[in-house]
Parts: sequence; C-alpha cells; structure tokens
Amino acid sequence: MTDTLSPPVPPVLSGTKFFMNFPVTDTSHTLAAYRARGGYQALEKVLKEMQPADVTKEVSASGLLGHGGAAFPAGRKWGVIKLDDGEPHYMCMNADEGEPGTFKDRWLMEYVPHLCVEGLIIGSYALQGRHSFIYIRGEFDLAHRRMADAIEEAYAAGLLGENILGTGYSCDVVLYRGAGSYVCGEASAMLASLEGKKGWPRNRPPRLTVKGLYQKPTVVNNVETLANVPIIIARGAAEFKKVGVAKSPGTQMISISGHIAKPGVYEVEYGYSWEKFLYEDCGGMQEGRALKCIIPGGVSTKILSAKEIEGVTLDHLTAVAAGSQLGSGGMIAVAEGTCMVRLAQVIQRFYHHESCGQCTPCREGMGWMERILDRIVAGNGRPEDIDRLYQISDANDGTTICSLGDSAGYACSAIMDHYRDEFEYYITNKRSMYDGVLSVHDPFASALAAMGVTYGAPAGAHA
Amino acid sequence: MNDLVARLIPEFERWKLRYPAGFEGSLSIPCLRRIQEERGYIADNDIDDLVAYLGIPRMQVDEVIAFYTQFTRKPLGKHRIEVCHNAPCSMRGAEGLIAYIGAKLNIKSGETTPDGKFTLSRAECLASCGTAPMLMVDDAYHENLTPAAVDALLEELSR
Ligand SMILES: Cc1cc2nc3c(=O)[nH]c(=O)nc-3n(C[C@H](O)[C@H](O)[C@H](O)COP(=O)(O)O)c2cc1C
Ligand code: SF4
Ligand code: FES
Repeated sequence: MTDTLSPPVPPVLSGTKFFMNFPVTDTSHTLAAYRARGGYQALEKVLKEMQPADVTKEVSASGLLGHGGAAFPAGRKWGVIKLDDGEPHYMCMNADEGEPGTFKDRWLMEYVPHLCVEGLIIGSYALQGRHSFIYIRGEFDLAHRRMADAIEEAYAAGLLGENILGTGYSCDVVLYRGAGSYVCGEASAMLASLEGKKGWPRNRPPRLTVKGLYQKPTVVNNVETLANVPIIIARGAAEFKKVGVAKSPGTQMISISGHIAKPGVYEVEYGYSWEKFLYEDCGGMQEGRALKCIIPGGVSTKILSAKEIEGVTLDHLTAVAAGSQLGSGGMIAVAEGTCMVRLAQVIQRFYHHESCGQCTPCREGMGWMERILDRIVAGNGRPEDIDRLYQISDANDGTTICSLGDSAGYACSAIMDHYRDEFEYYITNKRSMYDGVLSVHDPFASALAAMGVTYGAPAGAHA
Repeated sequence: MNDLVARLIPEFERWKLRYPAGFEGSLSIPCLRRIQEERGYIADNDIDDLVAYLGIPRMQVDEVIAFYTQFTRKPLGKHRIEVCHNAPCSMRGAEGLIAYIGAKLNIKSGETTPDGKFTLSRAECLASCGTAPMLMVDDAYHENLTPAAVDALLEELSR
C-alpha cells in the first residue's frame, strides 16, 4: 500500500513563505535536501556564535506567537526558565494535533521534518536542555516515520546526541507517540502522558515553566512555533518581523476543510485578506454555493458568519475584533444549506467523547449537551432546551481545569447565537430547516440509495 | 516473563538510552504500544511483566490502557477500520462512508465481522480533514474515499 501524504502543496498565494517555498519531491524531506536548502545553518550559528540567553532574546524580539492555539509569545515563555537554577530543563514539542479541522503540523512533519527538528534543538539549547521530547499523536503514521527518520539522520550527522557539531552542547531527543486522546494536546496533560500516565490536565499554578515534566521547568511549544525558530535565527528578528503585520509577525499555516472547493494546507502571510483567501485562493465553496459561516481555527473557536469576515484580514488582533480567534489555523468553511443543529451535535459529540472526566461541569455538562442536541435532532426537543444549552455552556466557563470544557461551551453557544432560528425551527417542527444536511456533495448517497440503506440524522452515539 | 515481553526487552533497553535517568515510568505507553503491535491486544500477563520490568504501580498501567483509545485488552479483527466522523469529515460524506462500509461488511460500528477479519469503529479528527471522507486501516490512512475506492480497499484487505 502506498503512503498517503498530506494534500500536495496548493497553488502559491502571494506573500512571503517560510515553509512552502521549495519544490516537493520524493526526497525533499531528507537531510541532504534540507541541507542543500540551507538547513541546519541556523543551528550551527546558534551553537557557535550565540549564548543561550541571546537565542531567547532574538525569539522575543521577533514577536513570534505560539501556533498551538492560544498565540502566547514564545520568547516570553522561554524567558521564564532560569538558566542558572541548577535544574534540568525540558523542551517539548507538541505534535499531538487533534483539534478538529487542523492538519498543518502533519504537513510540516511530513514535508519539512528536519526544520521541526532543527527548531527543537535550537529551543533546547536556549533552555540548556539536555533531553527534549516530541509528543506526536498516536495515529500519525507517515508523519511519525518521517520525524523518526529525521531524528536518526540528525544523530548520524552529529546534529544530535553528545557534543553537537563539536561545540560541547549535548542533547538527546525522544520521539514519543501518544495512544489516542485529544486532551493530551493540552500542555499539562501532554506532560502527564510523557510521564507514562493517563492524560489528565492539571491546575495552574504552578506553571509548567516552573514545575513541568517530572516537576522540572518545562516549555511546551507547538510544532509550527518551533519550526519558525530556525527562520528567525537565519533571517534575524528584525527581518522576520517585516513579514506579516505588527502584532502578528510572520506567517500562519492554515489548513482549510469543509465545504471549500480546494481544501488543503496553505501558508498565509498575516494580514492577508480573508475573503481573497477563501474566494480566490481556495476557489470558493463546493459546487458554487454561497458561504454560510466559517469556523476560523479549529472547532474550539467561535463561528463567524460570512458577513462578519467581510473586509477582515487574517491576523490575531483582527480575528479577535471580529469576535473569534485564529486558534490553531484549522479553518472550516460551511456552505449555505447546512443544518447548524446537526453540525453543533457532531461537534458536541466530539467534546463529550474527549472530556477526561476530572471536572464535574465538563464531565456532566458535555454529556447533557450532547443528549439535548441528540433529542432535538431526533425530533423530541423541548422549548426550554436552547436556554438549557446556554446554561450548561455558561456553567463551564472558567470553572474547569483546562479549556476543553470552556471551548465546547463557546462553540455551541456561538452557533446558537448566530442560528437560533434553526434551533427553534427544529424544536417546533420536529425537523431540520435544512433536512439535516451536513454535506454539499455526498459521494456515497447514490450507492446507498441503490442499496436501500438509510443514514444521516440522527447521528447517534459514539461507538 | 512471557515470551513476547522477553523478546522485546532488548528493544526497550535501547529506548531507555535516550531518556534521562529516572524516566522508567515514561516507557509505559511506548512499551504497551509495542506489545500491542505484536500481539494485537494487551494480555493480562503482559501487564504483570511490564509492571515488574518498569517498576511502576499496576494501577498506572491499568489506567493508561483504559484512558487511551488505541489500546485494547481483547483481540480485535485482523484489520481495524476506523472511520473519522468529526465535523469536517461529516461535511464531506463521512456518514455515508460509515453507512456504506457497515452495509458492505454487515456490521455496526464497534463490531467485528464473524470471520474475524474486520473490526469497524469511528474515530475523531485524524488530521486528514482536507482529504475527507477518510478512514484508517490499521496504521494507514485512506483518503478522498468513494464507493469504488472502498470496494477496492475491502477487496485488497480480504485477500
Ligand atoms: C483540549 C486542548 C487540546 C490542545 N491540543 C493541542 C494540540 O493538539 N497541539 C498544540 O500545539 N496545542 C494544543 N493545545 C494547546 C496547548 O495546551 C499549548 O498551549 C500549546 O501547545 C503551546 O504551544 P505554543 O505556545 O507554541 O502555541 C491544546 C489545548 C487544549 C486545552
Ligand atoms: S475541562 Fe474537561 S477535559 Fe479539561 S480537565 Fe476538566 S474534565 Fe478534563
Ligand atoms: S475531521 Fe476527519 S480527519 Fe479531521
């Protein structure tokens, strides 16, 4: 069986590219090809010419924001680590990529694994870490093999292990595979998993940069965040900042899915027009439909209507001003004609399945919300159900250990804020305003009709 | 120690070289993955052996197996088919895909075919939303699926 790569590189958008700037071939992911493109020169410069604190300073000066969802300044996180505290420090790359709609880290690991590894080693040096970790989700196969191969190539070339490039700095990297759990993408849950335990998030403080992996100071960064680091070093912070816009420097890898004509991973310079991106670069909606709404950065970010993104640019501050967030860059386009009650139900089913069960409002709330949505979809909704969904969402806000519970609440209430009429219609008429439709084009519809199989709403529970 | 775990120990020992000292407990998940890869599931005596080898509480291993969806304590079909049913996939026909495979194999999600060849289940987002609908068989992703592609895949796996 042949390997299935991430979608191939889509047509190049205008703007600077840090990642999608070379022709992809069967060997373009290897060490030789990466070196031919200038790979590992940043690492060499760091190890031979820079002090660890200078690396952190450079990353701070670049304004690099975390790409894992919360857009936290990377340099500020690294700066918390006290280099002279006599403790081991751990750098962990978060490659758990489970936020629905997000598949850009997979692209990076499949196509530029050495860039990811180089970023990790530079980050480890900045923290003076002797051991570093890559936590990769358990389902990834090719991405895992590409990262494993890159690490072995790096060891063989003296770029990892003892006395890297003869500079006296030593660092080992463990590539750690998860085993199926969305919540393990949350940084503290990820560290629990790296300790070989069940992935339960924990309350802060203490922050992970104070007490993280095995109680030692730890930095967790997303794959894309660390992949930016060699670029910052190679270009210099000042040049890096010239790309993008003031409060969102650089580029963002956007994975777009749903009812879009050309789904895939795109590298977008911050400040790019959202509408141009959707309607020109991504070819608009499937079958020429109109855009109904968009989930900007994974299902945990609030939905925005087609109108709300008019004139809006793709950068953090603008997305927040529009009422949402760019999150993990997992954009999901929803076409006119989609049943939003069913969409909310599918999203809620996910949160219920993934709640780790530690906090009562999340554990119970996710189940209640799913049951209420199931009941509405089955035609047994009650007039008070909408208020009840809002109440449960509110009860999660700020009362849970991690933000899974909050996010689920926001996701559902944002859909209801925008499409309350669809929920009311469903409850009153015991049927969907849009026949429960989720897909624009269903490749299995005619085959199933010929077989006499009925399917679709109600979606049923997770098995 | 059972034969399988005994055979894997040298491999586990090699892994340890890249971990800091005192990280033995961290090996629980990688070791369980490797054992399951060989046996197809985690047997009771695998747990006994792992607990003894790593020197960690049995409770930790039991919890890990229960917590992570990829672990199983009972044998499954020869091929595990997992269909992603999260939002982006559902928007590109995942519900039809699940119904189609279910009808073809004559089983529901969570079941194994009577001949023990296939276990069907549903998965959450597998980071393949741009090539939906999709499914995973054992370790491999199959994307942009159509009825013809599913027919060909099932035929290939049945051989
Ligand atoms: C439920 C949940 C799931 C998360 N999943 C991921 C993930 O898959 N990948 C990721 O990088 N961050 C994820 N995060 C965010 C991490 O907690 C953390 O903020 C991030 O890895 C930090 O990296 P950054 O500062 O480079 O963005 C998740 C957070 C939550 C609450
Ligand atoms: S909010 Fe939910 S997922 Fe997060 S720790 Fe609490 S119960 Fe677990
Ligand atoms: S929703 Fe199916 S792979 Fe993301």
